[in-house]
Amino acid sequence: MEETTLNNNIHVKLTEKFGEKVTAVSEPYGLLTFVTYKDVIINVLSYLKEELKFNFLTDITAVHYPEKDHGIAVVYHLHNMVEKIRIRIKVFTSEQNPTIPTATTVWKGANWMERETYDFFGVKFEDHPDLRRILNMDDLGVHPMLKQYPLEDPNRVDKKDEFFGR
Amino acid sequence: MNHNHPVFIDNDPQSELVTLNLGPTHPATHGVFQNVLQLDGERIVSGVSTIGYIHRAFEKIAEHRPFYQITPLTDRLNYCSSPINNMGWHMTVEKLLNIKLPKRVDYLRVIIMELSRISDHIICNTIIGQDTGATTTFLYLFQFREHIYEIFEEVCGARLTTNIGRIGGFERDFNEIAFAKINKFLKEFPVALREFENLLSRNRIFIDRTAGVAEVTKETALEYSWTGPLLRATGVDYDVRVSDPYSSYQDFDFEVPVGTSGDIYDRYLVRNEEMWQSVRIIEQALEKIKSEPKGIFHADVPEFYLPPKQEVYNNMEALIYHFKIVMGEIDAPKAEVYHAVEGGNGELGFYLINDGGRTPYRLHFRRPSFVNYQMFASMSEGMLLSDAIINMSSMNIIAGELDA
Repeated sequence: MEETTLNNNIHVKLTEKFGEKVTAVSEPYGLLTFVTYKDVIINVLSYLKEELKFNFLTDITAVHYPEKDHGIAVVYHLHNMVEKIRIRIKVFTSEQNPTIPTATTVWKGANWMERETYDFFGVKFEDHPDLRRILNMDDLGVHPMLKQYPLEDPNRVDKKDEFFGR
Repeated sequence: MNHNHPVFIDNDPQSELVTLNLGPTHPATHGVFQNVLQLDGERIVSGVSTIGYIHRAFEKIAEHRPFYQITPLTDRLNYCSSPINNMGWHMTVEKLLNIKLPKRVDYLRVIIMELSRISDHIICNTIIGQDTGATTTFLYLFQFREHIYEIFEEVCGARLTTNIGRIGGFERDFNEIAFAKINKFLKEFPVALREFENLLSRNRIFIDRTAGVAEVTKETALEYSWTGPLLRATGVDYDVRVSDPYSSYQDFDFEVPVGTSGDIYDRYLVRNEEMWQSVRIIEQALEKIKSEPKGIFHADVPEFYLPPKQEVYNNMEALIYHFKIVMGEIDAPKAEVYHAVEGGNGELGFYLINDGGRTPYRLHFRRPSFVNYQMFASMSEGMLLSDAIINMSSMNIIAGELDA
């Protein structure tokens, strides 16, 4: 119960500040989640960090939804360590040209998290100081976590999905 | 052209800088890391870390595996404390499925997780000793890691990559031998840990090598998203077990040790104190288990927990559940969930998106070693090479967790 009121307060403050830029607010398993846009994402992150004391960047990653118009979601997890609240922010960007401003201006720790996201999803973080691949080799040529890349050789006949009722 | 292997180009004929490839398999780095360092004498001028040598695409593989088959993947993240990863994953799925565990199962999990934390910290602290020249301490305390593995072996049959427990609890109850071994461990380990501390904590050579080396302020640590003993050594009392209790950690009485300067000596002290606290937690858990009903080792959730084999052969419902679970056809809600546990190195997070299929739509591991390690190269600038080596040991970077 208490968590919900806290989350409501944060939601009210964010809406006051950013208006319609804060959309699709939900609360799965008590974790406040909302979607925002890439023109305000850095302002949102700095506002959360400076004003609402979400001082800790837990994680940056991405999700690929091939059937959506803006098929790449960049997901931020922030943490307010004093009041013990977590928050999740999503920004959708296009699959053809996924770009988003870098969060390294807000947290230095975003550097490798963004490199990992670039490596696996091809999201280009604008003005990132060192946007190179991090875990895969440089000449891989693809961003392997995108859904169009199969895990195994698609020509194998012993692992077809229909044999497993999928 | 390979951008990940930067070559320092130095056209100045007067320059005396040397480029050193530390790694990928350097005997002093305990794992597969490469750091290309530019040295001025013994001092590091600049460095670039290259990682990914044991990347195994776990997040991609996880998108093609039913939930219960992902547990063996988590084993291989931080393989020095795999039970914490296993149980972190189980708890993530249990959170998704809204499974509430009986207290006894929670306490059994706490025992196993704290034993793993001890084994993780044993590795780190003895290796700091080893790298500062004290082989005795390494050999002395390391045998207790073996005793912990014997306990795991008794509980789940495996030692290093444990695959311990199931979604919903444990695969079997702890037997008498397991409890006897835990009790024996609790009797013998504090004696050895005390002796270990006597050998190192006030040792002049050890303090000279570690105190004041690689100091980190709490502001920098938070800026770089550090967690775990490294963050606590800088003075921030953040521990997931306390701030976001899981597996009934709120029932236990323990302290979160913090340091002041964030140097290697503080990290060593924080880890040592955490081992004492872990011993305290295990003792409390054993005491609490006595008042819980005996023989309960899993939640009563037949849809998600594999039935005993005897029932599968003789009972219709059990056979159906068995088939559905093994084929990954369990009914999990379409939702996304983030769950964090306090791993050996810090906050180990699981971000799971389920679309109702038999496999996760997306699973992301928030790996503390990966996040913590990014500061290593910039920290090393201006440091002696020998200090950078013990700095790396004290960060306890586990290659499996770094590269996933």
